[in-house]
Amino acid sequence: MEEGKTTIEQQPPKQVRHHNKSKIRPSQIALHFALIIGSLVMAGPFIWMALSSLKSFEQIFAVPPVWIPDPFMWSNITDSLSAMPFGRAYFNSFYISFVVVFSQLLTCSMAAYAFAKIKFPGSRFLFVAFLATMMVPMQVTLIPLYIIMDNIGWVNSHLSILVPNALFNAFGVFLLRQFIMGIPKEMEEAAVMDGANPLYIYWKIILPLVRPALAAFGIFSFIGIWNNFIQPLVFLSDQDLYTVPLLLATFKGLYVTNWPLMMAGATISVIPVLVIYVFAQRQIIEGIALTGVKG
Amino acid sequence: MNDSKRKWWGYFFIAPQLIGMLAFSILPLGFAFGLSFMKWDGFGEREFVGFANYISQFKDDNFITALVNTAYYSVLVIPVGIAAALLVALALNKVKGKTVYRVFFFMPVVTSSVSIGVIWMWLLNGDIGLINQLLAMIGIDGPNWLTDRNLVLPSIAGLSIWWGLGTNMVIFLAGLQGISRSYYEAADIDGASSIQKFLHITFPLLSPTTFFVAIMSVIGSFQVFDQAYVMTQGGPGKASYTLVYHIYETAFGRTAFGPSTASAMVLFAIILMFTLIQFSVSRKWVHYEDGGR
Repeated sequence: MEEGKTTIEQQPPKQVRHHNKSKIRPSQIALHFALIIGSLVMAGPFIWMALSSLKSFEQIFAVPPVWIPDPFMWSNITDSLSAMPFGRAYFNSFYISFVVVFSQLLTCSMAAYAFAKIKFPGSRFLFVAFLATMMVPMQVTLIPLYIIMDNIGWVNSHLSILVPNALFNAFGVFLLRQFIMGIPKEMEEAAVMDGANPLYIYWKIILPLVRPALAAFGIFSFIGIWNNFIQPLVFLSDQDLYTVPLLLATFKGLYVTNWPLMMAGATISVIPVLVIYVFAQRQIIEGIALTGVKG
Repeated sequence: MNDSKRKWWGYFFIAPQLIGMLAFSILPLGFAFGLSFMKWDGFGEREFVGFANYISQFKDDNFITALVNTAYYSVLVIPVGIAAALLVALALNKVKGKTVYRVFFFMPVVTSSVSIGVIWMWLLNGDIGLINQLLAMIGIDGPNWLTDRNLVLPSIAGLSIWWGLGTNMVIFLAGLQGISRSYYEAADIDGASSIQKFLHITFPLLSPTTFFVAIMSVIGSFQVFDQAYVMTQGGPGKASYTLVYHIYETAFGRTAFGPSTASAMVLFAIILMFTLIQFSVSRKWVHYEDGGR
């Protein structure tokens, strides 16, 4: 509760005064109070994690709890970075995420365009097949996928994570198709008259028009692949290949009592998604509201 | 361009995703189905055993424990999770500056299960965790949340509710915005109280959204694995051993691929059932697509 003062500064009771004809209703104050407590419960664990990651060993076990580290132990961060190959894991996570996001943007939008705008035999059936695969939980295909990967020699290689994710995302096809369906026919008609081929229409007309949808889907896709845990856990065994969540899980197993180091590791692991979240929170939240599906 | 030429373009555009779907979804699904009827440890001969894997699973104490634990976890997570999300959404719908609060409430959703698990292990630690330290300040001797077999699933359920609150809240907020103001204006003229307005307008009109959230929550909660894997390894004993944990453990701990895929098919059947219920009901109640309501 000692944190109250830090959050009250950011809260908007001032605005209430402006909008409510200079009359503050008690019910609004109670509501704000409850929501500030709620926000603390939601953000509190992250704040506590970040603060703990900079505490000394003695302070982290102090009773009553010490809130602000004194002194700030920046060495915890460097220690946890050097205790395990976090730099390597960062690189792996980033490059896997970027390859997967960009290939999904390309291949999902291609398929979405075809399903939305091109008539071809079997398109309805194939689209329904895509929708149907969304019902298959990942855990069901995980074991056969592992066996297949083992047989083609992709176990313990990034290919086992890159290729399936890059080439298949039924949700992405569905989401982007919904947006492309909304593009009026007239937009492409002139190009069709001029004899432009579908590749030109897709690249020069459709893609620019669905840029906001691509951005939203790209962010979802990034968060999904960055946080992916069970696939790396099953497919990868060489520590140099680990992604950030997998390395953090291993790290936790090894440094189970070194809490400052573990909190430093956790902090390092959540920073990229939290940074992206802060910048793109509007699109992420509205995207979820629009589709009703967890990213 | 004539139609016959255009149709080839159609196949060209769907080719990458179609190959992906066939290779990484349809083929493994068919393989899983076949494997669930076979005895195989990954090396020797595959032997067709009929329903033996399914029967052995339902006779296996670990599978039953996993099933019971997962069901219990779902019962804990779903009602409280929905009620909490609805409450927050209702509060946010009426308050100025809701975007600021929304940012906080949605924050955990984007964070990885492993990081969440590590943070909450520390918060829930019986000796030095923040939660017990705070309880101690008001004179309560907190329990060992993650090592007490009666408390471990409720504790994991609590963190899952915290983790997923934002998703459901946002869906409820979208649902609330879809309710026309004219209903409330009419109710105001009739002098309805805010509780009456909630019971007679908001709640009935929000029921398709609530139903959708409920079904999605069931589907999600039956797939719980990461938190248990990171925080408790299924323990203490088998107190937090879930269905997906069992699938993972059977396949990669015991290399019993047949029984493991049989369990996975049971999970699939459960999820499929709820998905089909959702589909058939949503067709009657709501229109998510087309933008209409």
